[in-house]
Amino acid sequence: MAHKWGMAVDLDLCTGCGACVTACHAENNIPTVGPEQAARGRAMHWLRVERYWEGDFPDVRLKFRPVMCQQCDAAPCEPVCPTYASHHTAEGLNAQVYNRCIGTRYCANACPYNVRFFDFFNPQWPKPLHLQLNPDVSVREVGVMEKCTFCVQRINAASIDAKAEKRELKDGDIKPACVQSCSARAMAFGDLNDPESEVSRLSRSPRGGTLLEDLGTLPKVTYLERQTQV
Amino acid sequence: MSAASSNKLTADLLRPLLETSWRFYALVVFLAGIVLMGLGTWAYQMFNGFGVTGINNPIFWAFYITNFVFWIGISHAGTLISAILRLVNAGWRRPVTRCAEVITAFALMIGALFPIIHLGRPWLFFWLMPYPSSRLIWPNFRSPLVWDFFAITTYLTGSVLFLVLPMIPDFALVRDHTTGLRGRIYGALALGWQGTPKQWHRLESAMSIMAIAIIPVAVSVHTIVSFDFSMAPVPMWHSTMFGPYFVAGAIFSGIAGLIIAMAALRKFLHIEAYLHPVHFQNLGKLLLMMSLLWGYFVFAERLTIWYGNGSAEIAVLRVTQKGSFAPLYWTMVVVNFVIPVSILSIRKLRTITGCVIASCGVLVGMWLERFLIVVPSLGHKYLPYSWGVYRPRPVEIMITISTFAAMALLYVLFSKFVPIISIWEMKVGEQETHETALQRTSRVLGELHP
Repeated sequence: MAHKWGMAVDLDLCTGCGACVTACHAENNIPTVGPEQAARGRAMHWLRVERYWEGDFPDVRLKFRPVMCQQCDAAPCEPVCPTYASHHTAEGLNAQVYNRCIGTRYCANACPYNVRFFDFFNPQWPKPLHLQLNPDVSVREVGVMEKCTFCVQRINAASIDAKAEKRELKDGDIKPACVQSCSARAMAFGDLNDPESEVSRLSRSPRGGTLLEDLGTLPKVTYLERQTQV
Repeated sequence: MSAASSNKLTADLLRPLLETSWRFYALVVFLAGIVLMGLGTWAYQMFNGFGVTGINNPIFWAFYITNFVFWIGISHAGTLISAILRLVNAGWRRPVTRCAEVITAFALMIGALFPIIHLGRPWLFFWLMPYPSSRLIWPNFRSPLVWDFFAITTYLTGSVLFLVLPMIPDFALVRDHTTGLRGRIYGALALGWQGTPKQWHRLESAMSIMAIAIIPVAVSVHTIVSFDFSMAPVPMWHSTMFGPYFVAGAIFSGIAGLIIAMAALRKFLHIEAYLHPVHFQNLGKLLLMMSLLWGYFVFAERLTIWYGNGSAEIAVLRVTQKGSFAPLYWTMVVVNFVIPVSILSIRKLRTITGCVIASCGVLVGMWLERFLIVVPSLGHKYLPYSWGVYRPRPVEIMITISTFAAMALLYVLFSKFVPIISIWEMKVGEQETHETALQRTSRVLGELHP
């Protein structure tokens, strides 16, 4: 059976440390834009940690929510792309073909989660950061959209390794950069078509839910959090 | 009609083509300078990257898409209005139709540029077209942007045909009044027109077919433009009423554009004898009706959203009605509704000046309307963490200004090379005034049901 990659994030474990954000930048060759451009809203974080305060003082609670591409099964970004740069892969990923993108930015408007990013300038890395680019990930030029890929390069590498060793992929073979770097082990990644995988188990949790569920986008990222009756 | 009045009409309407003052050259140089600055700004934007504009995350569409919708809206001046007036055989249309049709052609050309200016990689715009690519990739026919491509190319083709067909007898007339190279050029444009009954019959048939065909095309074009918004799950965009709302807004701004263009032509080309106050009064009545219709649409949209009370929609509604966009929003309401309705519903104020004042307001208001559709929604999508603000930067403002100059430049050049009032239709009209309305109606009915 084909794989269906998904993720689960336990918000009750998340400390909001931001290690996932840093790891994502390093793994995926995401440029940093500097304070001036960031203030203009050009920061590129394929994964961001949203911070929300709940309740009124003094009874306040701080909540973090790492938000990356939700890899929706009914993704609003895909049908609107005129060139098929944004499309659905057989394994259920929302892929972005950078070379096919002409930069209409329609996908970014259609995305309810605002997790698609536009290259406003050609990317630059201050020395010596230019020496740490990941050779497995293409660097995007000015004028195209980019987004979280669930670290597709790691998925492909693990699949090739498994094929070379003539075995099936097993749960835990693939760890995207954010999952790998999460010190609180709040994130899990795996195959949702395998009912025994860690991510499948977590997704079935009564604490689980998806972001903006009522929009009907069928996200493949499940957030686990304490359920309260208001 | 007497031969003398026919000759006077020809002489009056050909004068702008045959006599050129220094003011014409000065105006052309001035407008062309602004257009060149706009092109230079576009080159600057392409060379340095889109970051030189004010676009940001999450407001990925702003001025350029506003201009796109605005200019496509202006294009409805023409073809749609002149097609309807031709079909109902309104006698007063005769001096107005060509001014209107040419607005359509030029506004469409300018409007169609904006989706390209707005691309991150504009040199690849042809990927929107279904061409036989060596990689066998077709455009995504599910995308409203591809629908746009087909809608706009169809409308542009149709409206250029609709514009050029009634120009043929006038080209022949200019051919007969000029000599040398100029005569040969107009001769080629006249396509061998001799004015035989057979040619007249074919021209009339072709014009009737185009007048009927262009109306559904015009309605579909702005509906498809509205689909760019309503097909995306963005608060206040995802609306079932956007199709008719956009078509009404387009006709509204189109009439306003036409009134301003006619007033300018009347003044600068000294054709007061042909564009009478009654033309402005009649167009003013149309503008009044569209203003009421527009007000009705806005009221229906806003009231439904308010009662629906969806959290995302209410956030957008609040920021436009009360928040940071409120000054723009209420300006729009005043110049699109309050001023036009109060000026145009009073007969004494429905003069040329009154119509022009109302129209200028409507152009500003309709531009703001499109801006207020595009920007506040994008800045206030579902997750408050990623809300954003937008401020235009000089690059966008310069390109916007230069397209208005481009429109004026194209219009000035057109009225220099083509009689801006259809001479042969005016002559036909003067003959027809002797025919009573009753006779005309029975004749038209007889043609329709022989």
